[in-house]
Amino acid sequence: MSTQSIESRTFSKADFKAFFVSFAVPILGVLIFLMLWSLLAPKVVTSLGAVPGPKQVYSQFEALVVEHKDERQKQVDFYERQETRNAKKLAKDPEATIKVRKYAGNPTFFDQIITSVVTVMAGFLLASLIAIPIGIVAGLSKTVYAALNPLVQIFKPVSPLAWLPIVTMIVSATYVTSDDAWFDKSFLNSAITVLLCCLWPTIISTAVGVTNVSKDLQNVSHVLRLSWWTHVRKIVLPSAIPMIFTGLRLSLGIAWMVLIAAEMLSQNPGLGKFVWDEFQNGSSNSLGRIMVAVVVIGLIGFLLDRIMLFLQKKVSWDKSVALR
Amino acid sequence: MEKIHLELTGVNMDFPTPNGSFRALENVNLKIQKGEFVSIIGHSGCGKSTVLNVIAGLYQATAGGVILNGKEVTVPGPERAMVFQNHSLLPWLTAYENVELAVKTIFKGKKSKSEMREWIEHNMQLVHMEHALDKRPDEISGGMKQRVGIARALAMEPEVLLLDEPFGALDALTRAHLQDSVMEIQADLGNTMMMVTHDVDEAVLLSDRIVMMTNGPAATVGEILEVNLPQPRDRIKVSESTQYNHCRHEVLRFLYERHGKKAEELTEDETIDETVVDSSEKSPVVDFKESQQPKNKVA
Repeated sequence: MSTQSIESRTFSKADFKAFFVSFAVPILGVLIFLMLWSLLAPKVVTSLGAVPGPKQVYSQFEALVVEHKDERQKQVDFYERQETRNAKKLAKDPEATIKVRKYAGNPTFFDQIITSVVTVMAGFLLASLIAIPIGIVAGLSKTVYAALNPLVQIFKPVSPLAWLPIVTMIVSATYVTSDDAWFDKSFLNSAITVLLCCLWPTIISTAVGVTNVSKDLQNVSHVLRLSWWTHVRKIVLPSAIPMIFTGLRLSLGIAWMVLIAAEMLSQNPGLGKFVWDEFQNGSSNSLGRIMVAVVVIGLIGFLLDRIMLFLQKKVSWDKSVALR
Repeated sequence: MEKIHLELTGVNMDFPTPNGSFRALENVNLKIQKGEFVSIIGHSGCGKSTVLNVIAGLYQATAGGVILNGKEVTVPGPERAMVFQNHSLLPWLTAYENVELAVKTIFKGKKSKSEMREWIEHNMQLVHMEHALDKRPDEISGGMKQRVGIARALAMEPEVLLLDEPFGALDALTRAHLQDSVMEIQADLGNTMMMVTHDVDEAVLLSDRIVMMTNGPAATVGEILEVNLPQPRDRIKVSESTQYNHCRHEVLRFLYERHGKKAEELTEDETIDETVVDSSEKSPVVDFKESQQPKNKVA
């Protein structure tokens, strides 16, 4: 009896410690940060008034939600009006040609979030589809690696802002948009810029992962005389999965940062444009609204990384490894 | 003498290093008959495994070569299956899938799906692992992993089974069980087997002949000892026999007393010109009759 009670007590102590470290400490950290922010922010006065504290930023967030709801309501109203108008027209004259117009309101903060997320995923997925095969081939063949290495090393440090004008020019020269085009030019510009910047970490990590396939397993492959394709599928890919995901997570992080910058610079729709517009707007609310955007950008970046981690856990064969 | 099944002639093996090439093996000559169990024993780093890797085709000999059934072999092939030192199972596949990978590659188009399944299960039964088909390597013990490794090699229907220190990482009891399994399998299938080991008892218990290698660099065959005990052997009965203890003593004497020195450094009565690498006829201790000589001196 007594030993049992001792055991259960020590157990709960350990539990408490685990809870403390995994919940209480992070929350405490955030609280301290919020406190410092609200104390120090009012002391910095800009031409747009004092820097907003957490409370003002939150109220701006609420304002953005309200704006979004209003805008949606307007949209619903617009389509309703259009429908009733067209229905009346048709009732008068069944042969009448009716016009269906798209609602052309301003994109709200939340529309911009969706645009940005879709764009980053498009660029990132395309980049991964290109980079992983290249990385595998480069990892398997010293010759291919030697040929690719200088290119990768030179292009890797190039800032997205340097790519952007080139991409914009090429896209507008080669991609002719019509009204029913699949993608907007702005979407393509942003997505391709993202793609160009997030190819490199995936290529490098994949190549490293493939080069480091254990010598024993390579010998197994030799003795079994596995075909090239089976070798890649059964031995190389599973071995390289952790490094491939390291590369993918780095790439996705870069992709998200690059996208915001590209949107700001090129005025392509998305969160970057939202920030830039608010900055140009210069109202007393602007700083608060930009800070909402900053927090949201951070949260989405974090969420994207968690999604990759989740995928890695799903795909990885070794469930015992602690992934972080 | 029966027809030679596997023959190594004048095998040299050089590895490139930053400080010039390193000669691991020099003038290794071996003749092995079908169905024989041959152990290679020697001190660590003497190139035992290198010999096996050359036979497997994982390394290409710098000079000399390997002939199997009258044909030279330079690349790996399923007729020379290998059991690796550290099992080398693919950790992301189950035991069944690991064997299946070998079977699918080798019997593609030769066996139907159900035949393959039967063949895999048959081989898993040979190593007494039919209960763990769906276990992944990290879910089974070291001995069980090695059993699956052996099953994978056997499933390739090899003419020669190469075992590279297969039981080195196992505890004594598990090792004994696996040794019994290997003896059982050899009695059943009659494969030619070559095993690298550093365990004297293991070598004497399992082998028809024991190849003792000199210390590297430029290691070569020092002596070859025949173990005249009927196969299959019972480890307890055999341990009492004088022949067993004699063989054991011979191997120990070679390893620790003579420190695996090269033949010509020790036996002055043998005229061996080691400097002429290509003269394979004059190579040290090619067949076992020569190797009997030092043994007889002691006996």
